[in-house]
Amino acid sequence: MADFSFWVIFSNLLLAARWTVLLSLIAFISGGLVGVVLLFLRTSGVKALAWFVRIYVEVFQGTPLLMQLFLLFFGVALFGIELSPWAAAALALTLWTSAFLVEIWRGCVESVPKGQWEASSSLALNYVEQMRYVILPQALRIAVAPTVGFSVQVIKGTALASIIGFVEVTKAGTMLNNATFRPFLVYSLVALIYFALCFPLSMLAKKLEGRLNVAR
Amino acid sequence: MRKLDFSALLPYADALVEGLIFTVVLTLVSTLAGIAVGTVGAWARTSGPRWAGGLVAAYVEVIRNTPFIVQLFFIFFGLPAAGVKLSEASAAFLAMTINLGAYSTEIIRAGIDATPKGHWEAGLSLAMSRFEVFRHVVLAPAFKKVWPALSSQIIIVMLGSSVVSQISAEDLTYAANFIQSRNFRAFEVYFLVTALYLALSIAMRAALAALGAKLFPKV
Repeated sequence: MADFSFWVIFSNLLLAARWTVLLSLIAFISGGLVGVVLLFLRTSGVKALAWFVRIYVEVFQGTPLLMQLFLLFFGVALFGIELSPWAAAALALTLWTSAFLVEIWRGCVESVPKGQWEASSSLALNYVEQMRYVILPQALRIAVAPTVGFSVQVIKGTALASIIGFVEVTKAGTMLNNATFRPFLVYSLVALIYFALCFPLSMLAKKLEGRLNVAR
Repeated sequence: MRKLDFSALLPYADALVEGLIFTVVLTLVSTLAGIAVGTVGAWARTSGPRWAGGLVAAYVEVIRNTPFIVQLFFIFFGLPAAGVKLSEASAAFLAMTINLGAYSTEIIRAGIDATPKGHWEAGLSLAMSRFEVFRHVVLAPAFKKVWPALSSQIIIVMLGSSVVSQISAEDLTYAANFIQSRNFRAFEVYFLVTALYLALSIAMRAALAALGAKLFPKV
């Protein structure tokens, strides 16, 4: 029987935390890209497109992330599409993240005064140009703080990937606990690692929010 | 490609209903307890002694910056090692209460912070104690202000409760896992259960909005 010292447990958790970070980054970046596309559809003024995004958001925000993971991992496999835990987790988190980001960003776009739309359209800018040169640069400033704040939710969301067998820090914790029978220590350390990842981002979001209030 | 067959779920209707009831009851009970914790926490943060405020701030940050599933595992697997043994259902209840307690502390505190200073001063000038002003003057308008935010958080906690299936608490997701392990109809059962969660969150949003209108009528 191997001897598991504190450092063995801790270093193994840290190694697994790389996968938490990587999965978070993938989910956040690709979720952001999908979110931008959805944002354009949502604010395009085309009713059918706006409704599609509304339903998309309703479905992904109104159902548990765990169910979305299960549907992709266990459910879709029945149709002959085998997704690895990696792919299923990345895909589910991407869709889930995009649904939240598009709502956050929509709020920011809508907070840009209507006169900006009217002024830019009177300069013969088309919709994409209006967004690109007039609306988004202003909306982006307000969007930064809540977007950083949401990244914390993404990191915490990756913990669910452990349930479909993706070995990130929570799954590594479960495995180490099964080997060492020291749940109190193991899960404290797991929580500590998440805290070390999330807390700085939470603080940053708060700071950015405060800076914005001064600017106003 | 195989054909979808939702009728394969019919024999398991009982399990689904039981799971749904468990999820609803668990959400209700931990919402009430969580908001109670949040109210006390918000009081400590805004008007309590300094040490209590600091303690609550630490509690809020720890909970908000760690995943719910880790909190749940810590309570269910970790605490027994420290001598506190809990059943699956009570561990789920405790984890959800602690989780919502932290978020609602922050939400309610924001409502209290938005209370005009004159309300405090007016109450104190009527010889009310700080606690009486908090209880009778500040709290209700603060709740009214943050009710939408609190409602969304309650729904987020309800959706998050699907994770309690991982410690074998017999909620809706547990029922889904059980059924798919029996009839191997994973897509059908997860699709149906996802739809049930969606219906539940839509129904809860409507119910909470109606409750808010009733509890805090427009003057």
